[in-house]
Amino acid sequence: MKTPIYLDYQATTPVDPRVLEAMLPYFSDVFGNAASRSHAFGWTAEEAVETSRAQIASLIGASAKEIVFTSGSTEAINLAIKGVCDMYGSRGKHIVTCQAEHKAVLDTCKHIEKEGFEVTYLKPDKTGRVSVEDVRAALRDDTILVALMWANNEVGTIHPVREIGALCKERKILFFTDATQAVGKIPVDVEADHVDLLCLSGHKIYGPKGAGCLYVRRRSPRVRLVAQMDGGGHERGMRSGTLNVPGIVGLGAACAVAEADLDKDREHSNALREAFEKKVLGSLDHVVINGDVEHRLPGCSNLSFPYVEGESMIMGIKDLAVSSGSACTSASLEPSHVLQAMDVGDELAHSSIRFGFGRMTTSEQVDFAADQVIEAVKKLRELSPLYEMVQEGIDLSTVQWQGGH
Amino acid sequence: MAYSDKVLDHYNEPRNVGSMDKNAKDVGTGVVGAPECGDVMKLQIQVEGDTIVDAKFKTFGCGSAIASSSLATEWIKGKKIEEAMEIKNTDIVQELSLPPVKIHCSVLAEDAIKAAISNYKHKQDGETVGAEAEKQTEGAQ
Repeated sequence: MKTPIYLDYQATTPVDPRVLEAMLPYFSDVFGNAASRSHAFGWTAEEAVETSRAQIASLIGASAKEIVFTSGSTEAINLAIKGVCDMYGSRGKHIVTCQAEHKAVLDTCKHIEKEGFEVTYLKPDKTGRVSVEDVRAALRDDTILVALMWANNEVGTIHPVREIGALCKERKILFFTDATQAVGKIPVDVEADHVDLLCLSGHKIYGPKGAGCLYVRRRSPRVRLVAQMDGGGHERGMRSGTLNVPGIVGLGAACAVAEADLDKDREHSNALREAFEKKVLGSLDHVVINGDVEHRLPGCSNLSFPYVEGESMIMGIKDLAVSSGSACTSASLEPSHVLQAMDVGDELAHSSIRFGFGRMTTSEQVDFAADQVIEAVKKLRELSPLYEMVQEGIDLSTVQWQGGH
Repeated sequence: MAYSDKVLDHYNEPRNVGSMDKNAKDVGTGVVGAPECGDVMKLQIQVEGDTIVDAKFKTFGCGSAIASSSLATEWIKGKKIEEAMEIKNTDIVQELSLPPVKIHCSVLAEDAIKAAISNYKHKQDGETVGAEAEKQTEGAQ
């Protein structure tokens, strides 16, 4: 088996060969600037961009005119939140979001707090989920925006988006959802789900990096944004900058493939996850699934291996490319803010690993991965004083620890 | 993150993994660190006279923490207690080429050695608790 095996599909995905094929001409023969109105080079490029717009819109139940191209989700998030605050700040200064959001949302919220906005950071439950009641309780008369991700990138928990969307619609508050992890994996329909603003990114759905978009509702209500970048007034004035035509073509193609293959992809990813978790949980005791097993992204498996530390675990599964919930490798020793918000406990957070299975993952790879995980955990538990204490019947929460760092 | 060959070697084949009877009189046990910080080391020594004749460890922690404690057991085996007390975390850092973010692993290993020795000494003092009490009484006068 060729190693390392890529099991980090929530971080990024390989470009699907069908997508790559669609993109290639736009690097060479069809190189025009989509904003050039005076010649065929520009017209062809513009046509390709419009095709992409329609492909994206079709996947999320929008109309093509509601798609604003960006460099990816981070830019789209900045545009959505700052753009709404700048446009509607005179109506109210309050925003609702969640502690388990991606840093792009949290840091953007921190930014607008400095500009005088108030942000409520909802605490998710132990599975990472926010309920419609939580959102309702946080709404105020001066709330102008609810920003809540569709599905969490670390644990895969899917929020009750439709109910929250309906609540926002009823209260006439704009609803923005970061759907980077959800689009292409599960059905997304901006009409049925009552979404006003939504972002997605090409590289999470087997498309290219550097291409993403923001869906901006045009009717009931018409959402207006203040552009965050000054320039040529591209994208209906909402996002200036020459369009990344090959990237945009790839994004559109990725959406078209995702729409056609959604059920197939979902079944495939879920079957792989089921096989993986069955094998791992069947062979090891005390393994914890982080997230909401009822409402979870296909192919995302975030597991904690108590009594084994995350980084040593990553070393033990050296043939697997995965992410650790512990940031021990960076300068800080802080565990993931998502797992902290879920109150899983620092120890479980330190021992968590995210496995991501996707379109190109094979069952042989999953089998190999499960075996390596089981072997590594067994070895590290042999080494673990905590596992030994638990075997002796000691309750670790009663131990007085000395000299922690 | 790149690990030094020595860290990888200790991680792949840790030396002196195991446990001793923590109630035995000739065994000293040190447990340092805390699970929520991502590191717990247990280091045990068996002493004859003033010489550490055996050492065992178990570590919950990153590869550098495992390597630091593995190396510590290797170093203290055969040493006199006083010599083992001389081992500094900087010696471990140097031997394993630990990067700055992993220095705390070496500190923990040094702490573990000292904690094990202190536990051993405490047990020996327990036997002469009468003499100790006498000394203290004298001191107080």
